[in-house]
Amino acid sequence: MLWVDKYRPRTLDKVIVHEEIAGNIRKLVSEQDCPHLLFYGPPGSGKKTLIMALLKQMFGPGSEKVKLENKMWKINAGTRTIELELTMLSSTHHVELNPSDAGFQDRYIVQEIIKEMARNRPIDTKGKKGYKVLVLNEVDKLSREAQHSLRRTMEKYSASCRLILCCNSSSKVTEAVRSRCLNIRVNAPTEEQIIKVLEFIGKKENLQLPPGFTARIAAQSNRSLRRAILSLETCRVQQYPFTANQAVPPMDWEQYISEIASDIIMEQSPKRLFMVRGKLYELLVNCIPPEIILKKLLSELLKKLDSELKHEVCHWAAYYEHRMRLGQKAIFHIEAFVAKFMSIYKGFLIATFS
Amino acid sequence: MAPVAPSSQPWVEKYRPKQVKDVAHQDEVVRVLTNTLETSNCPHMLFYGPPGTGKTTTALAIAHQLYGPEMYKSRVLELNASDDRGINVVRTKIKDFAAVAVGSGSRQGGYPCPPYKIIILDEADSMTEDAQNALRRTMETYSKVTRFFFICNYISRIIEPLASRCAKFRFKPLSEEIMSNRILHICKAEGLTLDSEALSTLSSISQGDLRRAITYLQSAARLFGSTISTKDLISVSGVIPQDVVQSLFMACKSGDFDVADKEVSNIIAEGYPVSQMLSQLLEVIVNADKISDEQKARICKKLGESDKCLIDGADEYLQLMDVACHAMRALCNMPEELHFS
Repeated sequence: MLWVDKYRPRTLDKVIVHEEIAGNIRKLVSEQDCPHLLFYGPPGSGKKTLIMALLKQMFGPGSEKVKLENKMWKINAGTRTIELELTMLSSTHHVELNPSDAGFQDRYIVQEIIKEMARNRPIDTKGKKGYKVLVLNEVDKLSREAQHSLRRTMEKYSASCRLILCCNSSSKVTEAVRSRCLNIRVNAPTEEQIIKVLEFIGKKENLQLPPGFTARIAAQSNRSLRRAILSLETCRVQQYPFTANQAVPPMDWEQYISEIASDIIMEQSPKRLFMVRGKLYELLVNCIPPEIILKKLLSELLKKLDSELKHEVCHWAAYYEHRMRLGQKAIFHIEAFVAKFMSIYKGFLIATFS
Repeated sequence: MAPVAPSSQPWVEKYRPKQVKDVAHQDEVVRVLTNTLETSNCPHMLFYGPPGTGKTTTALAIAHQLYGPEMYKSRVLELNASDDRGINVVRTKIKDFAAVAVGSGSRQGGYPCPPYKIIILDEADSMTEDAQNALRRTMETYSKVTRFFFICNYISRIIEPLASRCAKFRFKPLSEEIMSNRILHICKAEGLTLDSEALSTLSSISQGDLRRAITYLQSAARLFGSTISTKDLISVSGVIPQDVVQSLFMACKSGDFDVADKEVSNIIAEGYPVSQMLSQLLEVIVNADKISDEQKARICKKLGESDKCLIDGADEYLQLMDVACHAMRALCNMPEELHFS
């Protein structure tokens, strides 16, 4: 088992990083009256861990027995029937799914599943009607229509099901949905907190951690706890016992992007652009999301620039990322950014050195 | 800590005024509608104004007061944006309902019960133009037996022919004083303690939207118990603490790119919503006195562009970075675009 999963806190009491939030959630559950919740925060900050712990607090160990299910939905939408296939995780008390997987038909999923859950309401031991919890991931990727239909459904069926929504950026969730939920911001752990967790794991695994080693991992992790733990485990596999100045290996794709960045800085010509395109394709084929490529490329390029150019480059990165979101083929826009950068940089070089 | 009474009903519904005269701060409307209650004569109405000012409440209250609980179902049709409201619905459902004749105006059980029906179209600005056009004739044909209540946020999205057929009422944002009164009333009923600082914070972060204020209050009460401080309110409302906004602004002012970059990365890692950041930054910039108008204009222009990009789904980090860059250039009097001599 990976350490990330092995040391994931299972209950709210064991949460180390977001103690305050955990305490608040516990209070909510103990009052027997849980509103809809919206968790938002950057990746690797612990939203999912908190949700899982919350479910366990609500329903006890029953919520951990999940089964994976590939369900076919037949939805009657006026004149035609739509067939959709969607993977979902479910236990007796909750259902978890990624509605955005259904693409533009996501709104049917949202309505249909909530209706079905409302139909077969669980009955608890005291004969009282309980409620089920529906966990929706990546709500920020839901289409506008789906979010609109969500808001009415949320009110209508609030007696029989509670929603827990989880997303990265709450800007992309409509105000109407946000105002119906209790918003919980999960911030990324600070480097000190990451160090604390790494040392905790080190102790449990009986590792000898040289001083400063955890701090270096934490610094490289971009404040993502998941990443920090994964790289600690990678280091453990590569070389143990640790040495004081052991290198923390960067992700291979990051290294690749940094190579691309130095290629671009070295020469600005159509020929080089063609070569860079090949490399970008390589990354895209390996399923690295295009916006992450663009962001990483920007940060690599910024390291090598004079400050007067930085503003301009930043602006164009934002510009092309926006266009990428509107368009379809990511490669065009990343390449356009590279070409634009080359032209700015070349102009700058000519102006300074000739 | 006193126990908070568990109740699944949102306070917004629980404390919704049941009578027209209880609606706060909208004197004109209240006067016209009280008159309606007496004479049971009423024009088509169009309510517009920002969210949370009592538009829907007023419409529902008058309908209830006119018909009472028994007749309400048969006399009032309520449609809002989550119901399907395409042109087909207008042609069939609304027209059918409007066409039904009603009995003569006899007072039943103490309610005026005037001889017409009411159709309430909530969030009417989200209706398509076609659907609105289809309504025009319907409104006139059945005006003897039906009254329409349109409710919307933006009157500019209601087509002119519809607007000209209605009596228009603007709902003003609630003033702080009235809002505080209302909130204190709820606090008393729910057994909460709220100090004066928290009260003024609540009024200011909800910006005249009473519904939002009540929602925040309820969330805070659920999370933090019956004693609520300013900090608790800010944490449930999703408003970004002022010092975070200030430090970003200062970083832009300093003109140092790396400082700003660090600030922006920090904001993203803390998980603050960027759209909120932009609107709070706007406030800081508009109110700052040491910047010239031209600089302000440059920054505001960029803020608008970035807001649109965010709605399109662009990356938060890059957009905020772009705004910071532009702000920095404007504040340090750097040229707007890079030129090489």
